[in-house]
Amino acid sequence: MDLLNNLALGFGVAFTLNNLMYAFFGCVLGTLIGVLPGLGPVATIAMLLPSIYSLDATPALIMLAGIYYGAQYGGSTTAILINVPGESSSVVTAIDGYQMARQGRAGPALAAAGLGSFFAGCVGTIIIAAFAPPLTELAFKFGPAEYFSLMVLGLIGAVVLASGSLLKAISMIILGLLLAQINTDVISGVPRYSELPFTGISFPELTDGIGFVVIAMGLFGFGEIIANLGMPEEHREVFTKEVKGLWPTRKDFQEAWPAVLRGTALGSILGVLPGGGALLASFAAYTVEKKVAGPNGRFGKGDIRGVAGPESANNAGAQTSFIPMLTLGIPPNAVMALMVGAMTIKGIQPGPQVMSSNPELFWGLIASMWVGNAMLVILNLPMIGIWIKLLTVPYRFLFPAITLFCCIGTYTLNNNNFDVYMTAIFAVVGYLFYKLKCEPAPLLLGFILGPMMEENLRRALLLSRGDWSTFVTRPLSAGLLVASALMIIVVLLPSIKNKREVAFQDAD
Amino acid sequence: MRGTFVKIKSQRDFFSGLMFVVVGLAFAYGATDYAMGSGARPGPGYFPMILSVIMAILGAIVIFTSLTIEVEGGDPVGDIAWRPLLIIVLAIALFGALLPRLGLIITVPILIIVTSFAGKEFKWGGVLIASVVLDVFSWLVFVKGLNLTIPMWPSFIAG
Repeated sequence: MDLLNNLALGFGVAFTLNNLMYAFFGCVLGTLIGVLPGLGPVATIAMLLPSIYSLDATPALIMLAGIYYGAQYGGSTTAILINVPGESSSVVTAIDGYQMARQGRAGPALAAAGLGSFFAGCVGTIIIAAFAPPLTELAFKFGPAEYFSLMVLGLIGAVVLASGSLLKAISMIILGLLLAQINTDVISGVPRYSELPFTGISFPELTDGIGFVVIAMGLFGFGEIIANLGMPEEHREVFTKEVKGLWPTRKDFQEAWPAVLRGTALGSILGVLPGGGALLASFAAYTVEKKVAGPNGRFGKGDIRGVAGPESANNAGAQTSFIPMLTLGIPPNAVMALMVGAMTIKGIQPGPQVMSSNPELFWGLIASMWVGNAMLVILNLPMIGIWIKLLTVPYRFLFPAITLFCCIGTYTLNNNNFDVYMTAIFAVVGYLFYKLKCEPAPLLLGFILGPMMEENLRRALLLSRGDWSTFVTRPLSAGLLVASALMIIVVLLPSIKNKREVAFQDAD
Repeated sequence: MRGTFVKIKSQRDFFSGLMFVVVGLAFAYGATDYAMGSGARPGPGYFPMILSVIMAILGAIVIFTSLTIEVEGGDPVGDIAWRPLLIIVLAIALFGALLPRLGLIITVPILIIVTSFAGKEFKWGGVLIASVVLDVFSWLVFVKGLNLTIPMWPSFIAG
């Protein structure tokens, strides 16, 4: 029984006092920064990287991992209570979670998110332990053409999800992909779009690309604040003060648990795929839940399935996204990229050999995730009362505080004020999008997947010597593209189109 | 209704489309600075150019639909909340400009006071208390707790 031996080894490592302490510290910090809008795990982990020099590799990675999945819990809290997704993967949670909070059902929404996440975290941990080796082989089968097609599928999922015009949603994805082109080309090393035309003024800061946090804070944090302040007093999008019943009702449980199961399954699968992870998982889970619910769902109006599904999925995805990072050394998202950086700092070469050369690190980290998830439920559910207290703070105190935390968050990204100025620009852009009814979520996804998409497109073309048919002649790639095409066709069918419009009628 | 001029049927979509077209053209113009490469060996300008062209085409389609498909009420863009927009943006920019010079201790109250003017009601009492509380909180959490390298004191004091 390899699995049991491996897990026994892992729990032996995770249950030492020292490692428990670091897991706890990571979880508390993760929850805190998840709750603080704009201060995400990417920034926090980046800031903490220098401090791990003094730690051993195992406790350091246990702590950083705790921050990551702790932030998934905390991020859903702010998404539900103040409609500011503390984490990109909580963007979809905000849609129905915030509506539930407005209807005075913040408690059940938070409980569904917390319990769903815990369940998903447990399953995700077992999946990593049991399937890491075979799943690695699945990921090995993906060439650049498959990666590219997979990302197309992910982006189309976001389109189906966006409210309002499909055409505008696709345009927003392309806009996101374009913004991601402001960087240094990975293949040729040429800096792109870092110079203002005609003036000769260049911005060396832009050669690293615009920070994801900068865009997310500008569009979601500040755009929303300005829009809220511009609304007449009574229409202002502030949560309601009466919160009736913190615990989900029987009906909530009945509705939520199948969603949790589906979200966990979907999240576990999508988390493994490169480019996936928590973000893609939550977006896809929301789409699935909405489709499953059909016309009976109250999606966009506070459906508990719209919280339970994505929150389970993003936690499962967060867990299983460790698989490509741990087994292949390929980071599927920004946080995993930082984890790879942390391993390198500690002198561990990320890649398939980690499992055999550092088994106590590999299995200890996995076991610590289960321990951490248990800690998070204990931390979060009894503390829901404290989050609810946040509801009574008047908005005139809240928005300056959010502004402050976002500003500090952006400043500490690179410790310079350039990111702060960029955020100010994106605040204007965010308000513009709000006024023009352009959904920013697809833009964000396009922005994140942009560089990977380009790299894989160009690699695939290099391999096929410029033959675009490589994307449809390779069966896996073709299958993914067909699935994307089917999604668009299904959404364009008149009967479904109408339902989709009804579902989003009140979401705006 | 047919007029002698083309009537905008959805204001929001029209301006969205315009925005997409302008961005598409701007990025396409920028992409001409970079090598396109060939299909078999794509250069740094290859992907941006493809995206820019798609962006401009999509924008044009959005404009077209905004001129042809009737939308109830004309979907107006509506009033722009200039006051919160300008004040919030100003506050963020001020924060960026002042933090390296005046440190967190002075920048936080300035940010809170300026930002609070964006709200409907402004009461000095509440704003000042919030400034002090958030100042101490930021110091405790970000400087002491998280140990971030944020300048705490004005540069003329810290040297």
